[in-house]
Amino acid sequence: MSEMQLLTWVRGTGLNIAIGLFLAGVLWRLLEIYSLGRKKDLSAPRAAAGASGWHTILRRNLPAPGMLPKAPVTYIAGGIFHVGLAVVVFMFAPHIELFKSLTGLSWPGLPSQIIHLTTIVTLLAMLVLLVDRIKNPVKKYLSTFEDWFTWALTFIPLLTGWLSVQHLLLPYTTMLTVHILSVELLLVLLPFTKLFHAFTAFGSRWFNGSANGHKGVAV
Amino acid sequence: MSASLEKGVRVLKEMIDAPIASYFNSCVNCGLCAEACLFYTETGDPKYTPINKVKPMRRLYEQEFTLTGRIKKLVGLSKPVDDAELEEWKELAYNSCTLCGRCSAVCPVGNDISYMIRKFREGMSASGNAPEGLVGAVNRTVTIGSPMGVKLPAVKVQMKHVENDFGLPIPMDVEGAEYMVMLSSMEIMNFPEYLGAIAKIMDHAGKTWTLCSTAFEATNAGIQIGNSDLARVIVSRIVEGAEKLKVKTVISPECGHAYTALRWEGANLIGRPFTFKVQHIVEVLGEFQELGLLKTEGFEKDKLTFHDPCQLARRGGVIEPQRKLMKMVSENFVEMPDAGFMNWCCGGGGGASAIEEGEELRLEAFKVKKTQFEIVNADRVVTACANCRIVLEEGLEHYKMDLPVVSLTEMVADHLQAKGK
Amino acid sequence: MQGPLIESLARRGISRRNFSKYCATLASMMALPPLAGHAMEKALAATPAPSRRPSVIWLPFQECTGCTESITRSHSPTLESLIFESISLDYQETLMAAAGHQAEEALHAAMKANAGKYLVIVDGSIPLGLDGAYSCIGGRSNVDTLKEVAKGAAAIIAMGSCSAYGGLPKAHPNPTGAVAVSDIIKDKPIVNIPGCPPIPVVMTGVLAHFLTFGTLPELDQHGRPKSFYGETIHDRCYRRPFYDQGKFAKTFDDEGARNGWCLFELGCKGPVTYNSCATIKWNAGTSWPVESGHGCLGCSEPDFWDGGGFYRALSAPANPMQKISVALGAGAVVGLAAAAINRTKKSAAKTGHETTTLEDLEKSK
Repeated sequence: MSEMQLLTWVRGTGLNIAIGLFLAGVLWRLLEIYSLGRKKDLSAPRAAAGASGWHTILRRNLPAPGMLPKAPVTYIAGGIFHVGLAVVVFMFAPHIELFKSLTGLSWPGLPSQIIHLTTIVTLLAMLVLLVDRIKNPVKKYLSTFEDWFTWALTFIPLLTGWLSVQHLLLPYTTMLTVHILSVELLLVLLPFTKLFHAFTAFGSRWFNGSANGHKGVAV
Repeated sequence: MSASLEKGVRVLKEMIDAPIASYFNSCVNCGLCAEACLFYTETGDPKYTPINKVKPMRRLYEQEFTLTGRIKKLVGLSKPVDDAELEEWKELAYNSCTLCGRCSAVCPVGNDISYMIRKFREGMSASGNAPEGLVGAVNRTVTIGSPMGVKLPAVKVQMKHVENDFGLPIPMDVEGAEYMVMLSSMEIMNFPEYLGAIAKIMDHAGKTWTLCSTAFEATNAGIQIGNSDLARVIVSRIVEGAEKLKVKTVISPECGHAYTALRWEGANLIGRPFTFKVQHIVEVLGEFQELGLLKTEGFEKDKLTFHDPCQLARRGGVIEPQRKLMKMVSENFVEMPDAGFMNWCCGGGGGASAIEEGEELRLEAFKVKKTQFEIVNADRVVTACANCRIVLEEGLEHYKMDLPVVSLTEMVADHLQAKGK
Repeated sequence: MQGPLIESLARRGISRRNFSKYCATLASMMALPPLAGHAMEKALAATPAPSRRPSVIWLPFQECTGCTESITRSHSPTLESLIFESISLDYQETLMAAAGHQAEEALHAAMKANAGKYLVIVDGSIPLGLDGAYSCIGGRSNVDTLKEVAKGAAAIIAMGSCSAYGGLPKAHPNPTGAVAVSDIIKDKPIVNIPGCPPIPVVMTGVLAHFLTFGTLPELDQHGRPKSFYGETIHDRCYRRPFYDQGKFAKTFDDEGARNGWCLFELGCKGPVTYNSCATIKWNAGTSWPVESGHGCLGCSEPDFWDGGGFYRALSAPANPMQKISVALGAGAVVGLAAAAINRTKKSAAKTGHETTTLEDLEKSK
């Protein structure tokens, strides 16, 4: 297979398989998790402004009061990583073209130089987080193979995408193939790793906010 | 029948629900929960990371409720939970956790870790891995009536003393009274002024009230040990008493977990909504204040600060009333750093203070309270939980700090205008 | 400088100075150093009389004749000048006067007289289906002809994407079983000059290289001369600044298109295509597809016809997604099965609940 044929496969059949497995996996896991249900709270509720599951979904995007100085690296690098990744994935014109092909939806993108800068910043934030996971005693204690693996699973698409656009390391055709392949791997494995928090964090925040909102506490 | 791993595992399978499943699947091992927990921040030992306190349950969840987890267990990639592991986790699930809920307030993916630990304790207690001190407390609560072993005759003796000292009757088993008042063992034994304060306040506000001879104890050690079956037995006494006396509201005293046990867990334990209201004494006082029923005179002149009990404020929803009450009777009230919703736990709630072997850890964790007190530099600290009072006093004594700890209810009662004015 | 070529050029009013300039231009186009220009001059000028010019045999197989058309547009050197002065084009079905048996005789005569030294040019793919019956000339299948003629060849030039990689006939579903020259001939040097068609001066440039140096130019891993196929269209495209800025035309007549913005979103395969269109251009440097407002098709790459569509961007899927509802269905089935197992397990745990009594808090000794 020539590198062009490989690229075509990865963009065609490969992508189809990856998206299929991703959607199947997400649906499977959401059902598996949320089917366990939740018993109704029979205690008398207390009403309070700003205390509900929906509020908590938004509120947890920011550090809790007094927490930022306790773990600035986690909050700041973590925030930069998440925002940066979202910007690169959703605001880069070639990616928007992909979404348009898949869903019919499109939106204006950001200039490619800004995406280039954002990618660098995001990659650096990820490296900072990696070092912190090695050095911070709590993170080191908690981390398992899955934590390192999912870091790489997320880092490699970002890095290879950047290398492709910058025409570094490998000839473009091959670099692009590697990039798309790495994204496909990420998609297939996402529902079965901690990366699934991309979906369940909303459910978790909602449950937490709802349970505490019942007591009149805005969490 | 006695405790076994099998029982514990079965109970955990009952306990694991969609929220817990969602929480386990959302955790990204970021470690922020540790930075919120005084048992980690003051010791630096990462094993006290809150999410680590439920590690066995995480694995059990995966093995029992996920297809990939079941396969992993089958091929030997995931070790089954055994009794040795649960025994190892006793310290983490009990000694080093007061269910204060600070971790639940900071988790970025929204995990309510305190809720998870509460459910984990169900499995721990059913498998015989609850700490001795708590088992004893539950024993005494169920068989005698209160965790400290206080019986009705002792209560009646205190009632007599208070009647004499305050010149007010202490009613018992009065049907149709508006309020049914409960006490915690601490108050009966150590702080009898609390009962006097109640009498004064009720008289002042013109409200009818009563104690209940079969349900005077508010403390629910079943909740602390994390066993719903036993907690139900204890709560049922209160429910029966309240319904028999046909009271409108049951007052939970200055205590943390007693409030949580009755106000939030109670109805779910007996499986039906209550026919009466439940309020913490601070809520009652706050309501009286709003209605203008409290006519006070004079102010405390010294510098006062307030320690929010975790189960009242962060986990109970009563955060503002105590401040309004403080401002009513104090002219120099200052807030500690992190006061209110994010206050640091005294370190002794959730049954922790009943665990002897955990004392050293508690005292080390107390350093965070010491820091708070040093920064605010008050003359006295006011609180609304008798257990917090004891634990704070012990900690302050250990660190040789001269800082008296007083009750909010008693302080309010002290400033009530005498009748006839 | 003297020689037969100089004289024939002079007869046509082309001075020796202009001839020198032409050789220098050709050399620089191939990124060769200036001295190569001189070598070319000498070699071309000294081109011997017809009987001693290198024999070239052009075999047309499953082709559209576009490559022949293209080479006739070569402006420097022109095809005529090559034929009249540099090579002996002994067999070319479109251009030769003979037909039928006479053409066959010319082919075999050239093969015999120049055994081991003639250059073979092939255009069109070679069908293998039905034992090669899909394309026959003079009653013989293309595959048999190729094998026979290749035996005595010095080298084979696969002119155009069909002979280089299989081209259009090989596109899915490839009903004739079309393959490239290099899939059949394994024991001769092969130069691939892909393109659909290739750029005229690329074709003549490679021939000029062979005539000048007697060797084949340096080739990449796909057998293409690096001097013409060493870089991508994208890396030499004049619209690259717009790509870098993220300014893309979204339709063929929108403002972006009229402003000459990058054609990535309209399917341009420039980034993955190696060719010289962006520098040498077409029609003696007049223009090239992107400059005219249409994205690069990727025509010099293997299997470009099956590359997902000329109007689909490289970041878009090559084919429409299929069986997504099947995937969702499968996920739902597995998920619901898991949910059923979970709920059954939970309610079994509930029914099997043994109320804890005080004794039960102690482990059995």
